[in-house]
Amino acid sequence: MTEAFIYDAVRTPRGKGKKDGSLHQVTPIHLVANLLWALQARNGNLDTSLVDDLVLGCVTPVGEQGADLARVAVLYADWAQSVAGVTQSRFCASGLESVNIAAQKIGSGFEDLVVAGGVESMSRWAMGSDGGAWAMDPRVNQMTGFAPQGIGADTIATLEGFSRTDVDTFALHSQQKAAKARAEGRFAKSLIPVKDLNGMVVLDHDEFIRGDATLEGLAQLKPSFEQMGQMGFDATVLRKYTTLEKINHVHHAGNSSGIVDGAALMLIGNKKIGRKLGLKPRARIVQTAVMGSEPTIMLTGIGPASKKALKRAGMSEGNIDLFEINEAFAAVVMRAQRDLDIDPAKVNVNGGSIAMGHPLGATGCAILGTLLDELERQDKQTGLASLCVGAGMGIATIIERV
Amino acid sequence: MSAVQYNKDADGIVTLILDMPGRSMNVLNEELTGPFSDAIAKIEADASVTGVIITSGKKEFLAGADIDKVYKMTDPAEAFEMAEAYKAFLRRLEKCGRPVVAALNGTALGGGLELALACHYRVAIDDPKAKFGLPEVKLGLLPGGGGTQRLPRLMGIQPALPLMLEGKELKAAQARQQGIIHELATDKEDMLAKARAWIAANPKPVQPWDDKKFKWPGGDSKSPANAQLWAIAPSMASAKSYGNYPAVTNIMSCVFEGGITDFDTGCRVESRYFANCVVSQVSKNMIGSLWFQLNGINKGSSRPQGFERSTVKKLGILGAGMMGAGIAYVSAKVGIECVLLDTTQDAADKGKAYSANLLDKDMKKGRQTQAGKDELLARIKATTSYDDLKGCDLIIEAVFEDRGIKADVTRKAEAQLEKTAVFASNTSTLPITGLAEASERPKNFIGLHFFSPVDKMPLVEIIVGKKTSKETLARGFDYVQQIRKTPIVVNDSRGFYTSRCFGTYPMEGLTLLAEGQHPRAIEMAGLQAGMPVGPLAVQDEVSLSLSMHIIEQTRKDYAAEGKTVAEHPGVAVTEKMVKQLDRPGKKAGKGFYDYPAGAPKHLWAGLAEAFPLAEQQLPQQEMIDRLLYAQANEAAKCHEEGVVETVADTNIGSIFGWGFAPFQGGALQFINAVGLENFVKRSKQLEKKYGARFKPAKLLVKMAKEGKRFE
Repeated sequence: MTEAFIYDAVRTPRGKGKKDGSLHQVTPIHLVANLLWALQARNGNLDTSLVDDLVLGCVTPVGEQGADLARVAVLYADWAQSVAGVTQSRFCASGLESVNIAAQKIGSGFEDLVVAGGVESMSRWAMGSDGGAWAMDPRVNQMTGFAPQGIGADTIATLEGFSRTDVDTFALHSQQKAAKARAEGRFAKSLIPVKDLNGMVVLDHDEFIRGDATLEGLAQLKPSFEQMGQMGFDATVLRKYTTLEKINHVHHAGNSSGIVDGAALMLIGNKKIGRKLGLKPRARIVQTAVMGSEPTIMLTGIGPASKKALKRAGMSEGNIDLFEINEAFAAVVMRAQRDLDIDPAKVNVNGGSIAMGHPLGATGCAILGTLLDELERQDKQTGLASLCVGAGMGIATIIERV
Repeated sequence: MSAVQYNKDADGIVTLILDMPGRSMNVLNEELTGPFSDAIAKIEADASVTGVIITSGKKEFLAGADIDKVYKMTDPAEAFEMAEAYKAFLRRLEKCGRPVVAALNGTALGGGLELALACHYRVAIDDPKAKFGLPEVKLGLLPGGGGTQRLPRLMGIQPALPLMLEGKELKAAQARQQGIIHELATDKEDMLAKARAWIAANPKPVQPWDDKKFKWPGGDSKSPANAQLWAIAPSMASAKSYGNYPAVTNIMSCVFEGGITDFDTGCRVESRYFANCVVSQVSKNMIGSLWFQLNGINKGSSRPQGFERSTVKKLGILGAGMMGAGIAYVSAKVGIECVLLDTTQDAADKGKAYSANLLDKDMKKGRQTQAGKDELLARIKATTSYDDLKGCDLIIEAVFEDRGIKADVTRKAEAQLEKTAVFASNTSTLPITGLAEASERPKNFIGLHFFSPVDKMPLVEIIVGKKTSKETLARGFDYVQQIRKTPIVVNDSRGFYTSRCFGTYPMEGLTLLAEGQHPRAIEMAGLQAGMPVGPLAVQDEVSLSLSMHIIEQTRKDYAAEGKTVAEHPGVAVTEKMVKQLDRPGKKAGKGFYDYPAGAPKHLWAGLAEAFPLAEQQLPQQEMIDRLLYAQANEAAKCHEEGVVETVADTNIGSIFGWGFAPFQGGALQFINAVGLENFVKRSKQLEKKYGARFKPAKLLVKMAKEGKRFE
């Protein structure tokens, strides 16, 4: 198999995903184009005609974010017409799925150079506004036991015995770590300010982080999923998790991933193309894995997918120096740490989606980039990025610095 | 005579009168749709017809489809074609180019309302007895005549869904308020006049869904508000149905998909889901029991023939506790004069106050008037004097379950009665034949076993003692029907039928607990099986201490006969809960559950220590099987022993008496549906694994061998 290398990683700052968020002014295609231009510029005025494909993740592909945004972004960014583009969705894992697809394209030897990543303007196209059989079609919904993710996260907390204070404490740490990382400029290597068509900067920093968060403040927030749980979703969970008598609703806006806008991209290729372009590989993509898990609780796929990746790579948890586990909800990461039996000090050392937000289609690619930056900063070797995924899935990618 | 009379008047208005010969009610079948279709063809061909009024020559308009035919269908293609044919016919009607008015002189349910919905205008007589709705779901079916398409397009998805999912029946005024009926009329003449007036004013009406500018009220299935509804509606439905009712899912699918497609495609989709319901085991179960068998019971299939129908005019009730008070209420409600007797005036008054409370609640909901309340209460005399029982044609004894006390009140009451009066005991445990020994007239002595709360529970178990006469049984039967409850007839034996079988349900739950199964998982298995309450919760309601009392009484009875009881393994749990752990049940605020004031009950944390979890936790289905098989096998034994003689009484008694899963169609129908051979095979497996109580009834083994089923 051909080895796949990461040559570069870039991301936009994450803007608050509301109408007062800075990136609400910017079209999603423009977010992608900004990064395509940056990639081109950062890599010796890259000859884009050497790029085979642009693989983009986008979870809510509707409206101006809809159809095959990747191909149109290639054209909009004025990259070579020969670059193809594909947009896919593996729900919240889409950004990492793009990277994995790129690695597989390279690994198979079918292609040489691929740009992979994702985008989501959650402020413009609300999560769920693309419908889908799972939530919308009552027959499918009933047969599979659909419940919103927050209900699943609360179920994890109930099963694991995580109290409200436990999950709030986790959230507080995420905020503190992210604020420190931002203050120390740890994100600077990959962070590309978003500029408008005049070249004026729209946003140059992650604007969702709240470094001044306190445990007392978090304790004030109302549980987000209690009401809908009582309307019927709790009952759906309780029919599957038969030892539970009720769900303890502990998650809220402060300990769940934030709704933000953003994009992320990576340049991935084989060794030969790097040599040809005079680029230095930063890391090798060692292994990718996806797998399904129980859909009603939905968010427990991280452990199994990570183990699958490790096993196939002939590695174990102990071989991994740093982990990035997407902070969809506090309980998800806490459970994953237990499942994998790993030291929390190795996980999300610069905070995560609770502090910075989770631009659905982009996050997977963004956290892998953050992981690579941090491995380089600490001069460590191996990292694993993983996300829980809608409808009950998990995804994992293992990288190793070269 | 044709089932559809065709009358054209001078104004060119055709009145079609549905009046099927030889039937008291119109039903939808070929006998009706044949001539109806001819009439439509005639209208289509006659340009001088200016409008059409459809009404009925019967008391009711049209009560729905011919269930007999649907019940027999096993080929989905046949069911599909039937639904398609009916809809094609309704489509012709609403597109015939002339105004069509449904003049609803009475009840229009199911296919009857679907016919009305295919008319351009609906006028109904404001008769409080008339009912309007799409109740198909109650028989495991769905409205297959376009109801799932027209109703949501008429009133909106959100309000239409519950009407079909719950099969709600509306009164004329409610249907008018919800926009299902356009106009109310005072009587037949007024109704027809209003129909004519509307025809005159609307010569070219178009159904909303055929209007090019049609917009869904409240949006179609794609609208954001309805997208949210569709996300949670299945969870809300399953929270009640536990996914056991395919019709519920199918109705949602019809409405959802119809909210995306055009009207005609939606209709076709509906036919597919309809066919799926028709051939489903659940609809066969429900139609078989809750339609045919229940109707048979209500027509008196278990009532001895040759005795004139009797009515009770004056009823004496001995004991004004919860049961006595409830019996007084339901009897006074149908106009029976009641004497409610207890040992103190206070106790008797308290029993009467029970009725006052219920009436107050009804008044608050606008279902009762002050005058109605006063009238009903005036029929109940609370007393301590046996003299007041003079002239009673029926006495129901509802005193403490103690033979001595019962014998005493029996003698005292009989002293006041005419020789023809019937004496009934509401005992739930003591054999009637034994109690009748205290009576001077054991032929007139019978058991009438009510269920609590009496005003809500639809069943009365009639217990026939050794000496009870047929006439007494007939009179007991008539009384139960007089108070609008369903009677089943049972022969005398310990626990009779319902108590004996019901007990197997909580006892199996208790056994599972003793085996170390998770208490919550046990409760969930009961609910998933289709029981209304989990086995531990229901045992708390019944009270563990009461069960213990009965267990000890039984032990004594057996000991007196020199025998020992082969006790159910669940008995040990009852004993431990009552005697060691001081958890006597809900009344005491502590049983398997804790009952904190002002908060929902929750399982007692001490269960974890008292009944530690086994390493091996059973799959839910294994527990569901055990809970259902235990009940069904006991019911089969009762049937075999002649405790309950008819299949109908056995099935209906199980559903109405102790809440056996309605979608299974009752305890014996459950066995039918599993298949006799499979049931016997599985029972033997369960017997081997869990004990002799699962040994299949001999009758079942015999029937399985002979390839028979309960008919």
